[in-house]
Amino acid sequence: MVIASVAFGVVVSQQGWWVAILTRLFPTAAGSVFPSATMADLVLRHLAIVGIASAFTIAIGIPLGVWVTRASGSDFRDLVAAGADAGQTFPPVAVLALMMPILGFQIRTAVVALALYGLFPVVSNTVAGLDAVPAAVLDSARGMGMGKWRILFTVELPLAARIIMGGVRTSVIVIIGTAAVAAIVGVGGLGSPIIAGVNTQNVGWIFQGAVAAAVLAVLADAALAQVERLVTPGAA
Amino acid sequence: MIRLEQVTKAYGDTNAVNGLTFEVQEGEVCVLIGPSGCGKTTTLRMVNRLIEPTSGHIFVGERDIMSVTPEELRRGLGYAIQSVGLFPHLTVADNIMTVPKLLKWDRKRMADRVEELLTLVGLEPGEYSGKYPRQLSGGEAQRVGVARALAADPPVLLMDEPFGAVDPLNRERLQGEFARIQRSLRKTVIFVTHDVDEAIRLADRIALMRGGQLQQYATPEEILDHPANKFVHDFMGADRALKRLGRVRVSDAMRTDVPSLAGGRTPAALAERAACADTRFVYLTDTDGHLEGWFDCHAVAMGVSAADAVTLVDWWDDAVRPDTSLKEALSRMLGHGFRSIAVTDLTGHLLGDVAFSAVEAAMSDSDERMAAAHDARDGSDRPDPGGVRE
Repeated sequence: MVIASVAFGVVVSQQGWWVAILTRLFPTAAGSVFPSATMADLVLRHLAIVGIASAFTIAIGIPLGVWVTRASGSDFRDLVAAGADAGQTFPPVAVLALMMPILGFQIRTAVVALALYGLFPVVSNTVAGLDAVPAAVLDSARGMGMGKWRILFTVELPLAARIIMGGVRTSVIVIIGTAAVAAIVGVGGLGSPIIAGVNTQNVGWIFQGAVAAAVLAVLADAALAQVERLVTPGAA
Repeated sequence: MIRLEQVTKAYGDTNAVNGLTFEVQEGEVCVLIGPSGCGKTTTLRMVNRLIEPTSGHIFVGERDIMSVTPEELRRGLGYAIQSVGLFPHLTVADNIMTVPKLLKWDRKRMADRVEELLTLVGLEPGEYSGKYPRQLSGGEAQRVGVARALAADPPVLLMDEPFGAVDPLNRERLQGEFARIQRSLRKTVIFVTHDVDEAIRLADRIALMRGGQLQQYATPEEILDHPANKFVHDFMGADRALKRLGRVRVSDAMRTDVPSLAGGRTPAALAERAACADTRFVYLTDTDGHLEGWFDCHAVAMGVSAADAVTLVDWWDDAVRPDTSLKEALSRMLGHGFRSIAVTDLTGHLLGDVAFSAVEAAMSDSDERMAAAHDARDGSDRPDPGGVRE
C-alpha cells in the first residue's frame, strides 16, 4: 500500500516520463501531454479538492446520521434519508450548473457540489451502522450506568465504525471520480486535461487525466481500508 | 433492602404492572416469575429506572430511587441480562471493568478485580481476560456477564433471565455456580425467569406475577405446599414432589464412604478388592482419586474377564457435582439407567455417590425435614417468613 503510493508519487512527479509515453501512444500535432500544468500539479490540485470536499462530507454526514438516530432527531430521519438520496441521484454536472450562478466559478462551488454528492453513503451508512448495534449491548450499557454521550462515543460509534468507514470509502471514491467533472467550473485538477481533451479530441490528454484519477481512486480506497482496520479492534 | 410500594406502570390504558408492593430482604434472592406479559421484566427494569414507574415508590436501601440520577443509581446495581450484551469491541477484561471505569478506580485495582472475578466465575484469568466476546461460548459469555455485573461489588444484583439463552445442561451448571457464588457473596438479588425449576432452585422467595399483579410472594416451599390460589397451583405444576427435589443439593443426600479402588485395574487387583467388598459395585479411580469408572464384583467373582466387569465413564457427563440439584441427579440416573450416580468435584475427584433410594427418601421426607435441610444448607437459622405479603 505504502509502496504503491510512493511509486505513484514518483511516477506523477516525472513529467518527462509522461511526455515520452503519451507522445509514443497518441502522437498528435498539438502535443500529447496537457500543456497548461504539470502532472504533479494536476494530481495535487485534484487531491486538494477531493480532500476538502471529503472533509465536509464526513464532518456533516456523520453528525447528521447520529442525530437522526437520536430521540431528538428521529422525526427527521426519513427527510434526511430522502434528502441524501436525492443528492446522490442528481447528476453532478447539474448540481454544478445550479451552483455556478450562486457561488461563481470558484473552488467553493466544486467543493459544495462534491460534498453534497458524497453525503449519501456517509449518512446512510452511519444510520445503518448505529442501527446495527445490538439492542442488548445498548441495554446493558444503559443498565450499568453509562451516560448517553459515553454510550455514543465508547460503544455505538466504535461498533458502527466499520460500516461508517465503508460509507466514507464509497463517498471518497465517488468524489475522486466526480471531481474530474468539477473541472468544468474551472477549478483545475485531473478533470482539466480530460475536458480539454474532449473539446480538442486529444486522446492523450483524456488518457492522462483518466488514468491518474483511476489510480488515485484505487489508492485512496486501499488507504481507507487500512484506516478501517485501525478503527475496528476486535473485529473478525 | 429493596422495597416496592404500590408501584404501577401504565402504557396507555393498560397497566403492565399494577399496584405492586413487596420487599426483598438484604442478602436474599427474590425470583420474579410468571407467564409472559405478567410484568416481571417491567418490574425489574423499574428498579434501575430503565423504565420509569407511572406511580408508586421504589426504595433501594433507604433511598428513594428517584432521588438520584439514573446513571448514579445504576452504577450501584449490578445488571445482567439474557442476551448478555457484552461489548463486542472490548476484551473480556475491558468488559468487566466497565463500571469500575465509570467509578474511576485506579488501574491496579481494576486489574486485580478482573482476575478475582474471572476466578470466581470459573474462568482462567490468564486465558480469558484478553479474549473478545466472539471467542467465547454461550456459557462462558454468561459467566463474563455475571462477572461484569459483580465488578464494582454492588450490594444489589438485577438479573433478567441471565441463563435463559444457554442449553439445559449448561444452564444447570450456571445455576449451580450462581447458587455457590451467592452463598458466599450474599447479594440482594432480583432474578427474573420463566423457568419454574430455576425459580425453585435459586429463590429464597418467589414473587409469582400475573397480569401485572402479585399472586403470591413466599418461599418456594410455601408456594409449593400452600399455593394461594388456583393460578399459583397450576403454574407451579402438578409434580410438586419432584419440583421440591430442585431445592435439595446432591451434597445433602450424598453417601461419602463409597467403596473404591485406586490405581491399577489388573485382574488380580480387581479380584482381591471384589473379595472384600460388601457391595456389588466398586468405584475405580486413578492414584490421585479421579473417577474412572466402576466394576461389578459379582461378575469378577463369577470369573468374567476383568475388561468385561469394568465400566469406564467420563466423570464430566456421567457423574454429578455436590452443587447439582437432586432433581437433576435423578434425571441423570433415569437417563443413564443407573441405580446410583457418582459425585465428583469440579476436577473429577470422586467424593461419593447418590443412590436412587436416597432420592426416594428425600422425596418422601416431611416438609419439616426439607425445610430443615434447606436452612442447614444456607447456614442460617432464619425463621420461616412465608405467607402472602400483598
